[in-house]
Amino acid sequence: MGLRGLVRWFDERLQLGKPMKAVLEHPVPRQTASWFYVFGSAALTLFVLQLVTGILLALIYVPSAGEAWNVLHVLNRDVSAGWFIRALHGWGSNFMVAIVLIHMVQVFLFGAYKYPRELTWVVGVLLLLVTLGMAFTGQVLRFDQDAYWGLGIGASIASRVPVVGHAVVDLMLGGPIIAGATLSRFFALHVFVVPGLLIAFVAVHLVLVLKLGINEWPMPGRLVRRATYVQEYQQLAHEDGVPFVPNAVGKDIVFSGIVLLAVAACAFFIGPFGPGGQPDPTIIQVAPRPDFFFLWLYATLSYLPPSYETPVLLIGPALVVLGLIAVPFVAGEGEKSWKRRPLAVMAVILVAVGWASLTHLGLHTPWSPEMDAWSGQPIADKYLEHRTALERQGALVFQLKQCRNCHALEDSGGKRGPPLDAVAVRLTRDQLIRQVIQGGGNMPAYGKNLSPPETTALVAYLETLRPKGEVPAQNASNAAARGTGR
Amino acid sequence: MTSPGETSRRGLLVRIGALFNLVAGVVLAVPIARYLLSPVSRKRTRAYESWISLGAVDQFPAGETRLAIYRNPFHTPSDGDTAKVPCWVRHVDGNTFQVFAINCAHLGCPVRWFPQSNLFMCPCHGGAYYADGSRASGPPERGLFEYAWKVEDGQLHIRAGELPTPGLTTLGVRRSRWA
Repeated sequence: MGLRGLVRWFDERLQLGKPMKAVLEHPVPRQTASWFYVFGSAALTLFVLQLVTGILLALIYVPSAGEAWNVLHVLNRDVSAGWFIRALHGWGSNFMVAIVLIHMVQVFLFGAYKYPRELTWVVGVLLLLVTLGMAFTGQVLRFDQDAYWGLGIGASIASRVPVVGHAVVDLMLGGPIIAGATLSRFFALHVFVVPGLLIAFVAVHLVLVLKLGINEWPMPGRLVRRATYVQEYQQLAHEDGVPFVPNAVGKDIVFSGIVLLAVAACAFFIGPFGPGGQPDPTIIQVAPRPDFFFLWLYATLSYLPPSYETPVLLIGPALVVLGLIAVPFVAGEGEKSWKRRPLAVMAVILVAVGWASLTHLGLHTPWSPEMDAWSGQPIADKYLEHRTALERQGALVFQLKQCRNCHALEDSGGKRGPPLDAVAVRLTRDQLIRQVIQGGGNMPAYGKNLSPPETTALVAYLETLRPKGEVPAQNASNAAARGTGR
Repeated sequence: MTSPGETSRRGLLVRIGALFNLVAGVVLAVPIARYLLSPVSRKRTRAYESWISLGAVDQFPAGETRLAIYRNPFHTPSDGDTAKVPCWVRHVDGNTFQVFAINCAHLGCPVRWFPQSNLFMCPCHGGAYYADGSRASGPPERGLFEYAWKVEDGQLHIRAGELPTPGLTTLGVRRSRWA
């Protein structure tokens, strides 16, 4: 019995040959064999990569708060190619989130969510959520300082749920504090629960794509109408169609290969993510920061006014998800081409620009004090030259009282408060004293922390901070009263 | 064959089978629900907090604010270092203390004490607090969380065991412990 005989033997029993052939060779509109249609299959390829590398990591990893961090180092250093598998899984995760988002934008701009593919879109939204869920829970399994304090942030957000917030926190952490039980449950979520959902949603998503057919290439002016669409599509697919395999699948395969190579290249040349510092809560010299795809959220949280925070945190995500799910039900018919959907294009640009700006801010964190500026960055000479003894004493106060942690001089120092290179142009002596002693406008009051001589010296120094040739700030009413005003 | 409205033997069997499975489902669902809700069961939560010593009072010089570390009273074998919890002890004077949670009242990041400027600063979103824990600036809506404390036999004790979170103070009975 040759190979062909063997295949026939199995197929006689399994009877999968015919249906599989029908699936692979189902007709698709000719123009969908396009480079714009490769992102969905690439996301699927990355998911398979994540499954395989995830199982490989699970052979070694121990979900114990006391040991996970050490085991990650064992993976990085002692296991052959362990660092590479970790790197593949980490980079694969970033690529997967990115490709899923690109896929979503493409599908949105090509109007693919319109009748009859509403459910495909809704399941796609769910797939985005579970993909982000995988990214977040995976970040916790890399159990380092960022993971530990990230859980604290998650707990603080969860605690704001009215009435049951406290119980939600205890359930999320598996106990009263972030500890062993917390890591165990995030492990269960990351390797069983969320992937289970992901596999189920992927299956439904694929079945829908097969049943309803791939979205045709949108032509300006070709409108979707419920009454006629299915018939029109069948015509397009059958009369001007090509079989998915081999005509359309080629570009998918090429792109998936490129993406896999890109992941491997990033993994090889840049290496695995962390782990960062050990998850010992008593090491408090940390500046926790989330992974790349959550930086925008981190930035949002520091810019929201305090009173908006809880409602935005609790209601915002629900509104975003509901908004996404509503898209095909609000605009289920009509124009598909992005060339005739300016609002859709603007929405994408708006979201992209907003996301990119917030991510950029998240990378630079101008809202955080620079904790070491006062001890690590001396005041430049030009801010000390030609000053009196009192003014230099003020410079010392400026440094030692950690003003630099929030205020920059010539771009050196924190960016939480305004830079003070030219503060004397903006504030008069009286205003400087008031601001230092009483604070305000997001600055702490230093009245209790500075002796009167320190305040005098500090203000004397601040009064010297103005560019050459610029006039110091004046109190107009005083000047008028003295008759010297201009 | 049975006429419409009459139950066949087969139909009855299916119904009885469904009933059995329903009963089995309930029998299994109760322990599963209890298992899942264990972290919030009254028996467990009552054991979360207890008085714990931070050590001798004279470790904390009057007028200063020092970092103290305790082992969380509620812990499990797999906790490792995470069972250790830091907190800030401010010895105001005499027998008066303030013990602050390490967690920023905004989103729980660890605040650092700067004795030079008498401020607690948070590295995450720039929250700042005065020496007495009250809010100075930044996104937090309130001051630092405080532990209940007492001095017994020359030891400073605090009532500890739960991660302080913003929601903890606003509602319910258990929350009243966090001033």
